[in-house]
Amino acid sequence: MSTITSITLLGILVLFLGAMKKQTWLLPLILAGLVISMVLTVMDWNSFHSWYNGMLIVDNTAVAFSTVLIFSTFLIFSLAAHYYRGVQRPLEDIYGVMIFALAGAVMMTSYGNLIMLFLGIETLSIALYVLAGSHKEAIVSNEATLKYFLLGSFLSGFLLFGIALIYGSSGSFDLHRISLFVASCAGTYPPMFLAGLFLLIIGLSFKIAIVPFHFWAPDVYEGTPTLLTAFMATVVKTASIVAMYRFFTHTFNGIHGVWETTIWILAAITILLGNFTGVYQPNLKRMLAYSSISHSGYMLLAIVSFGAMSDNALLLYSLSYSIATISAFGILILVREAHGNDFFSSMNGIGRTNPLEAFCLTVSMLSLAGIPPLAGFMAKYYLFTTAIEKGMVWLVIIAIAGSAISITYYFKPIIAMYLRENAGEPLKVEWAYKVHLAFMTLALIIIGLAPFLLIGLL
Amino acid sequence: MLTIILILFPLALSLATLLLKKEQALRFFVLGGALIEFGIMVAAFVQYRTSCHCQLLFRAGWLTNMGISLKFGMDGISLLLVALTTFLVPIIILSSFSHTYRRPATFYSLLLFMEMALVGVFTAFDGMMFYIFWEMALIPAYFICAVWGGNDRIRITFKFFIYTFAGSLLMLVALIYLYFSTPFPHSYDIQDLYAAVLTPGEQTWIFLAFFVAFAVKIPVFPFHTWQPDTYTESPAAGSMLLAGIMLKMGIYGMIRWMLPICHVAVHRWGPAALVLAVAGIVYASVIALRQKDMKRLVAYSSIAHVGLIAAGVLVLTIHAMQGAVIQMVSHGINIVGLFLVIDLVEQRTKTRNITDLGGLALKAPRLAIFFMLILLGSIALPLTNGFVGEFLLLLGIFEYSALFSAIAGVTVIFSAVYMLWMYQRTMLGPANDITAEVRDLSRVEMAALIPLIIMIFWIGIAPGFFLDTALPDVMTILSYAR
Repeated sequence: MSTITSITLLGILVLFLGAMKKQTWLLPLILAGLVISMVLTVMDWNSFHSWYNGMLIVDNTAVAFSTVLIFSTFLIFSLAAHYYRGVQRPLEDIYGVMIFALAGAVMMTSYGNLIMLFLGIETLSIALYVLAGSHKEAIVSNEATLKYFLLGSFLSGFLLFGIALIYGSSGSFDLHRISLFVASCAGTYPPMFLAGLFLLIIGLSFKIAIVPFHFWAPDVYEGTPTLLTAFMATVVKTASIVAMYRFFTHTFNGIHGVWETTIWILAAITILLGNFTGVYQPNLKRMLAYSSISHSGYMLLAIVSFGAMSDNALLLYSLSYSIATISAFGILILVREAHGNDFFSSMNGIGRTNPLEAFCLTVSMLSLAGIPPLAGFMAKYYLFTTAIEKGMVWLVIIAIAGSAISITYYFKPIIAMYLRENAGEPLKVEWAYKVHLAFMTLALIIIGLAPFLLIGLL
Repeated sequence: MLTIILILFPLALSLATLLLKKEQALRFFVLGGALIEFGIMVAAFVQYRTSCHCQLLFRAGWLTNMGISLKFGMDGISLLLVALTTFLVPIIILSSFSHTYRRPATFYSLLLFMEMALVGVFTAFDGMMFYIFWEMALIPAYFICAVWGGNDRIRITFKFFIYTFAGSLLMLVALIYLYFSTPFPHSYDIQDLYAAVLTPGEQTWIFLAFFVAFAVKIPVFPFHTWQPDTYTESPAAGSMLLAGIMLKMGIYGMIRWMLPICHVAVHRWGPAALVLAVAGIVYASVIALRQKDMKRLVAYSSIAHVGLIAAGVLVLTIHAMQGAVIQMVSHGINIVGLFLVIDLVEQRTKTRNITDLGGLALKAPRLAIFFMLILLGSIALPLTNGFVGEFLLLLGIFEYSALFSAIAGVTVIFSAVYMLWMYQRTMLGPANDITAEVRDLSRVEMAALIPLIIMIFWIGIAPGFFLDTALPDVMTILSYAR
């Protein structure tokens, strides 16, 4: 609860500072505020509160994933100073809306009631519609926001309809009550309830960008200002997948026979299609969009093979995925700044001109591809282990095939940076930005070498 | 303790290398470090007592709740391969001194990182550690070949990476599956993996996963298509690392992990795999006859030679297995020697094309003599290391099937044909414009070659020392596999 309060207060404070014309104070305040709310979140560890008649449940799962979300936001804001330098317009609206989106994301990790879930998703989504179009002069940004808004509001309807149908059959929005209803059905479920469940799956799949509800993602990612794309690809994705995870594993775990096959197939096609299509992308940003689609497929493995280790596996996966993706976006920002585009050919020769940046992107790509001993490998390893424990060997083989395919595109920037020559100017990077990139790279290596720091928390 | 030092010391060297700027100091540092690593290896050899099993054990918990521990140690087979690795790396470093690689610090750092990963693979006694080091060896190998390689390197090394990475991912699935088949509490410890309870059907799948992973690395026909191109386009040091040490990872993996774990499937499907290995021998030998590029010729000869080793592993007789172990070491030494000589020729003449060369022996007699000695080892002349290995291998395969032995025996004949033919057309005859003014070997170059020659004859004349080191462990593996 203190998490949501502190984040919301921070957002208001940011808007207030903007009104006071204190632009230079914004980022230091935000970063400090995020650290404070992270501390407040961690203080809720092992407290197991529930608020507003079970609307919000702050258990350890919620605390852990909220911390991941706030940490990812912190990492993204650390890139903001560089990204928005030289921009004349006031920025408190963008920053404020991002922080409100974070509040929505945190709600999605700690809801105990379907209404709260919907509130969280809408708080997040409406903020995102604004953010996608925040580069007002660029036509691609306008296209992105329109596409996202039209499809997003349509799919919100699906979600709401699903919630209504579940309410209609179970008589409650409360997750606990619904799980009691599920238990009382004893194997025969009302069709209305099942329809509601599948509408809910569709609505959430859209937010996570799971195949076949992913068509918006590449265009929206490409059009959205890069810093905010990083936010979409990490914070939004983690929040949505955790929302789905809570929902299925805590409430509907009793009837996993009903939805298991659906999620199994969604995971398989998301992994395969995301990775296959990723191979054919001409630039880094679209490639990262498809990479993020395929990673949502991997994270579905945690849902479909829910077991004792799933919480930990998903935590490790979302954290390592977020750090690696933000690190990649950090380099992407630099490349776009220098060349005005992010085709792989624009990255030629970076390995020579900017060794540190090239190394950071390499580690991030290798981690996303799941090569030991980096964080991404350990995360995949835990997910695969939980899935094989549940006997889903074929799903793991599909996931592994996806990993093998993904190598082809994760290596494209590496090949461009190290193996192709270009006598271009070095990218201009200030030292703070370098430290930040190095920090994320180090985090990926450390999590890979010592995953026990995170595993076993939940 | 020595085992973990053998792994961590090259890693420390590799990181420290990145800090050095001056090329002269860098070379001194890297070579010195690699020699110290070899010294540590000698100390381990002295401490090692033949006839016991896994020794010099290092054990620490890592992910204890997932059954993964840092378990490193050495038995006779590991010991010989670690010795091979630490022996060859200084030679590879020394041979790189005649090249002016751009960004030398990164180059040598990757080389030492690779040494760390290779020693890790050969000493890991925990399944997941084996996998992690196996993959870690791939990254530096890729970068060494891709950054410092020839003209078509980008496409070719990428193929190499995809091939080997995809192959090893199957092994990951197999290992995780095995983990859940081990007696409770599950673990990746080698003894637990050996004790895994599997139905014949499960064994078959795990055998296939392991076999593909290892066969790609070795490479066994028909998984070999990445190999000739990669060896050809790699820089000399890259070819030596790949052919000399890295492919031994595949054979070692078969011996250490595949045979004992899926012994039932090995008996059932081994003959099929054996047919592939033997077919590869004939296939590669015939292709090698027609090669114009010296490096490509040696690459195909390597497919034939390691095909014989793989066949020896799969027939499960003591002689063949002994031969496989000793031949792994011999092949590593010989092929590094061959690539080294070819590199020396290429530095002098700017070509590897056999038809452009000739008469090199007139101006560079020492080069010709060293080339001949290495060649003799490679074509398995008695008193050289190649003879010991191939004789044992053929004997062992004969005990299994006379027909396979006869077909596999063509390697010996064919390799003599194409190797000597290559020698004749490059070294002998009249000199031409290209070869008229070559200089002979310098002292540094001889310093790289002489240890190889010593080993060729040491193993050839007195193989007992090496065979005895590995014998008890070969028996142990075979007792699991039967």
